[in-house]
Amino acid sequence: MSTKQMRWWLMFLVGLAGMNALVFGQPGPGQSEFIPVDQVPVTEQLPAAPLLIAAYVFVWAAMLFYVWSLWRRLGKVERDISEVSQLVAKRRA
Amino acid sequence: MRKLFNPFLALAAVIFVTAPVVIARAPFESTMGLVQKIFYYHMPAAMMMLLSAIFCGLVSAAFLATKRQVFDNFAVAAAELTVLYGAIAMVTGPLWARKAWGVWWVWDARLTMSLLMWMIFVSYLLLRRYGGPGSEKLSAGLAVFGMANAPFVYISVNVWRTLHPKTSVVPKLPVDFAIPLWWAFAGFLLLYIVLLTARARLEAQRALVDHLYLEFDE
Repeated sequence: MSTKQMRWWLMFLVGLAGMNALVFGQPGPGQSEFIPVDQVPVTEQLPAAPLLIAAYVFVWAAMLFYVWSLWRRLGKVERDISEVSQLVAKRRA
Repeated sequence: MRKLFNPFLALAAVIFVTAPVVIARAPFESTMGLVQKIFYYHMPAAMMMLLSAIFCGLVSAAFLATKRQVFDNFAVAAAELTVLYGAIAMVTGPLWARKAWGVWWVWDARLTMSLLMWMIFVSYLLLRRYGGPGSEKLSAGLAVFGMANAPFVYISVNVWRTLHPKTSVVPKLPVDFAIPLWWAFAGFLLLYIVLLTARARLEAQRALVDHLYLEFDE
């Protein structure tokens, strides 16, 4: 490819990039009217209720799980204490 | 303390069970609407995470200084509860942010430092579980570092630019918002005291089992 051809290709590509920026790089048209929230497409609305419910369910689930886990561990350690106490008492006897 | 345990437990349960009703009666916030009601559980959980981290650091420092087992029992209990309350704050926060900010998470100072602090206390628990003999002293040192992080988490929203609301929001709350917030906070606090006491007792009972096994072996 000659230097002249390369120069033409370069100018063509720069022009194409410039056109691209002009066509696609411009901001969209300004907002010409206010749209009530209930007329926004469903896909663009984010309902608050599921997020709120998820948060409250998580709090309760985490707390109840921890209380259950603690109750279970306390039960186990108390069983261990009674078992070992019996063993120690037997040995002493 | 044992005499106080059952009344405390009953009071904590009553407040915690009635909190959703009190929160439901609170007015809607003007810009965030319904989703703002996550605040009534998110903020008390986050505050309890910070207070628990500070308590864990203090009793760990006391354990390092005195070697008394009772301090270590409370340190383990506080670390576990820091992780529990931190998990609540870390999950409820993004659920609120998704609606209020449009994103689940941003790496700003408050959120990042809170996550870091939570991870320090997760490390504490992992160290206690898998660290073997002597891990109680290492984890106590870690807890002191975790405690040192707490004031920075608190002031981060005032010092650095962040999406998170500033600390000045809470003192300026109108009464209608403040009542459910402090009601929920009282529930979280009482529940914390009850769970802390029970968890520390579990640790003391485990020490007793170890002692009895040693006695049996001899």
